[in-house]
Amino acid sequence: MNSWINLNALWKIVVVGLLAGAGLPALFAIGLRLLSPPAPAGGSATGRSAAGPVGYALAGLCFAAVLAAIGWGIAVIVNHS
Amino acid sequence: MVRSDGGPAAVGAPDRSSRGPVRRRARFWLVTGNDTILVLVVATALGFDFTNGFHDTGNAMATSIVTGALPPRIAVGLSAVLNLAGAFLSTAVAATIASGLVDTTDVTLTVVFAGLTGSILWNLATWFLGIPSSSSHALIGGVVGATIAAAGSSAVKWQGLVSKVIVPAALSPFIAGAIAALGTYLVYRLTRDVPERPRAHGFRLGQIGSASMVSLAHGTNDAQKTMGIITLALIANGTLHTGAKSPTWVIASCAAAIALGTYIGGWRVIRALGKGLVEIEPPQGMASEAASAAVILTSTDFGYSLSTTHVATGSILGAGVGKKGGVVRWHIARRMVVAWLLTLPAAALVGAVAYWAAHGIGGTPGVVVIFVVLVLASIAFFIASRHPAVTPENVNAAWTGSVVPAPHPTEAGS
Repeated sequence: MNSWINLNALWKIVVVGLLAGAGLPALFAIGLRLLSPPAPAGGSATGRSAAGPVGYALAGLCFAAVLAAIGWGIAVIVNHS
Repeated sequence: MVRSDGGPAAVGAPDRSSRGPVRRRARFWLVTGNDTILVLVVATALGFDFTNGFHDTGNAMATSIVTGALPPRIAVGLSAVLNLAGAFLSTAVAATIASGLVDTTDVTLTVVFAGLTGSILWNLATWFLGIPSSSSHALIGGVVGATIAAAGSSAVKWQGLVSKVIVPAALSPFIAGAIAALGTYLVYRLTRDVPERPRAHGFRLGQIGSASMVSLAHGTNDAQKTMGIITLALIANGTLHTGAKSPTWVIASCAAAIALGTYIGGWRVIRALGKGLVEIEPPQGMASEAASAAVILTSTDFGYSLSTTHVATGSILGAGVGKKGGVVRWHIARRMVVAWLLTLPAAALVGAVAYWAAHGIGGTPGVVVIFVVLVLASIAFFIASRHPAVTPENVNAAWTGSVVPAPHPTEAGS
């Protein structure tokens, strides 16, 4: 059975794939959400409000984490032997 | 370039050991014969690399093109540059695709040539129909089929074929699809109260990033397969010793061929993937490409060279499932899956027929005849694809049930 399908590699691929493939887009989405917080009730008519400094900092953190993960991905390609 | 590896010296050097005109002609013929076949094998392999490039452009760029994240020509240009870079980035893998799948002692230049013929013809046929089938499976199928024709089915390592090719191919679309579905659900959930405009803008940017990663991964994976095939041919010919690394000109020409193919852009496949399967919005595009890149890169790290096509198609389907109210055209997905199932046996059959034909005619003339047939068939496919053509201008036209867009009054004649 093990020579036909490598379960050990399979579950690792699923876990890492989930973290990078679904987790990073989610992190990116959180960053976008922090940049455009929902308008306060009865706020501006345009429905668009700017993020505060904390929001910008947190969003920057999210995007930096995503970029770091991409850098890690490229490192994986380059160092793969 | 091939001739500088020692062929012409052997041909041109005065033949001191010959004892007569007949003997000399025989040796002369033998050397030139092999060199001719080698040149044709290298040309065919680069031709396959080229079809691999344009067949698979859509895997990385279809979603970015249909959501308008990138203009079509910019998208294929970016993908081409990243494929080129990817092909140079990691050349350590340059293991032949055949080792582990077939007994390499049975692989001759004619077998490699016939296998490539089978894979190119299958790639062209599926591209013409707008079906994103796996170029890797076409290559493996062609080589396996030609090997069976040459040396019987015992020369195929069936267990390697199942565990390295068939099981990963069966699982990877589901894994990628599940990841993309979860990712899509999460990004829509998390950004549900973000206004439409900044949301679309942000995800378009993210999409460019994730699609670029898929292009890079494609360059590292797929260009290597052709490098491996050419290296295998050079070893089979005795030009390189067993276990040699790919020479620089092999790496450079494979990188150039796949990049050029990518830049030409398989607009039919791009349209089928981006418009036919699912109506894609930027958040879905970003999630699906991220899932594709993640699955391909992690599997590569574990030594599985997955089919980029299967993963990308699975991801796009997952992105359609993960969005509430998303439209997935399952009948088109079914058609693609049928083509996937057919790819290995069909390419194997064409590869076997090509081997029998080349072997039946015999020697260099046999290979030359098949090469001419292959070139003519490629030209025929190209001409057929022009009437009507799918181009960067009409690739995003509304889906009307076929890969060829309905003629538009203002776009006629391209």
